[in-house]
Amino acid sequence: MKQIKTIAIKEFKDYFISPIAYIVISLFLIVTGWFFFSTFFIFGRADLRDFFSLLPITFSFIIPAITMRLFSEEKNVGSYETLLTMPVSFTDIALGKFFAATLFTASMLVPTLAYPIFISLIGEVDPGPVIGGYIGAIFLAAAYCSLGLFASSLTRNQIIAFIIGCALCFTLTILDKLLFFMPSKIISAIEYIGANSHFTNISRGIIDSRDILYFVSVIFIFIFSTSIVMHEKN
Amino acid sequence: MIEVQNLTKYFKDFCAVNNISMTIRKGEILGLLGPNGAGKTTTLRMLTGYFRPNSGTITIKGLQMPKDAIQIKSLIGYLPESAPLYHNMLVYDYLEYVAKIKGIDDREKRYDRFLQLSDICGLSSIMDKPIADLSKGLKQRVGIAHAMMTDPEILILDEPTSGLDPNQIVEIRDIIKTIGKEKTIIFSTHILSEAEATCDRIAIIHNGKMVADDTTANLKLGAQQNSMIKLSLKGALKEDATSLLKSIHSDLDVKNVDPVEKDLVSFEITYSDDGSKNHDFRSDIYLKIKETDWIIVQLIKESQTLEKIFRELTREEA
Repeated sequence: MKQIKTIAIKEFKDYFISPIAYIVISLFLIVTGWFFFSTFFIFGRADLRDFFSLLPITFSFIIPAITMRLFSEEKNVGSYETLLTMPVSFTDIALGKFFAATLFTASMLVPTLAYPIFISLIGEVDPGPVIGGYIGAIFLAAAYCSLGLFASSLTRNQIIAFIIGCALCFTLTILDKLLFFMPSKIISAIEYIGANSHFTNISRGIIDSRDILYFVSVIFIFIFSTSIVMHEKN
Repeated sequence: MIEVQNLTKYFKDFCAVNNISMTIRKGEILGLLGPNGAGKTTTLRMLTGYFRPNSGTITIKGLQMPKDAIQIKSLIGYLPESAPLYHNMLVYDYLEYVAKIKGIDDREKRYDRFLQLSDICGLSSIMDKPIADLSKGLKQRVGIAHAMMTDPEILILDEPTSGLDPNQIVEIRDIIKTIGKEKTIIFSTHILSEAEATCDRIAIIHNGKMVADDTTANLKLGAQQNSMIKLSLKGALKEDATSLLKSIHSDLDVKNVDPVEKDLVSFEITYSDDGSKNHDFRSDIYLKIKETDWIIVQLIKESQTLEKIFRELTREEA
């Protein structure tokens, strides 16, 4: 437990030592800020629905950029060997890195808290969907971080890790928009696998244990797969 | 302490380590020698649990790899080849991170250990520098500090002196010898004089196979011995001296070589010495030359060096 914390803190600090953190955060804020506010005054609704509906797409590109270095960089520099020969279990390493990435995406969302605060000054904001939206965003980010982490554990090349991560996250995001291709029997199963419907539910302010269970399962499956990859690669 | 049995590791079809067995006792310093790509690093990586062997067992202090991997890893301090570290961290932060992961939770204890380590490894002036800015030798020292953090019972060092300047090499060797009095140390190197100077025991690996495993002295005794006497004379003529030397004994192979200094005549006299005769030809040579008016400037007997043993054992059968 302590080791997970030590690794998580070290990885989290690493983001802010290099310029990656600042570049990724600015990019995220510019993209989401522009798409959200460009139509905000046209609709004249005091809510964050457009902001949250866009989040799965932006996350599927931003989060792989955050997670791509977690394992790939270590493998490339060789510090992976130092890390693996210290008395830590593979699962603890994967969990530490996962928490660091999740914490980083959470801190990336902190500046966007300005949106609900400003909007509440010019109109009546329903707190339910906003709180639900942020909770959902954290779950979504965590799930995508576990996908990105898994992608990073597969290769020593950060660009490949990024592309695999994007592909995985993007697939989960758009899966429920592809339903018309699917045979009718498996539609409900495919819809369950897609991340979008679960996130939309939570961001409407409905916190259902099924949606939470979905995100927790995705996180579990991919962290577990990561530790399997770590075992098998040696 | 460490018992390795029939260790084998394949990379796809390539057999990197082929059926290696060895036992290392507590307090021993074992030098792992071998040409490039012989399987030294792979062997060490399997001992530290970084690679999993395809077959064979590793038992360390009664613990089995990979079942008790985490306990074994906490017994071992490991310095990988060329000391890969986190480049964006400061030396101090890095040591703090390592100490925390290795379970030194008490702040006071950590500081005490850092002070000791910076003394041993000479880190006090670089504690506040980013690792990326350090030279190779300094990185190596940080790596050694990393390996020794918890004062482990077993130290595994992969080419600890590569990339260091001659002063640092001597320092690292001294460190190894000092620690080696109480700890078990395994290190790989391809500098033979280093192994000879520091190790109690030497294992030579070639093409993934163990070709020799013995104490340094035994290795020298066991191998086919060729002794050589180096002789330099003053005031002698080449031809006269050669015929005189040849007349001493028929076994002697006298070879005239370039003189070590001006005005001298130098010879290399080789003879096979299987240890049983134990005859020292130096006295014969001295007595013979005493009869003339030549002056002996140099008379040295060289027995077979480790280098020669190494070359014989690892020669490619082309």
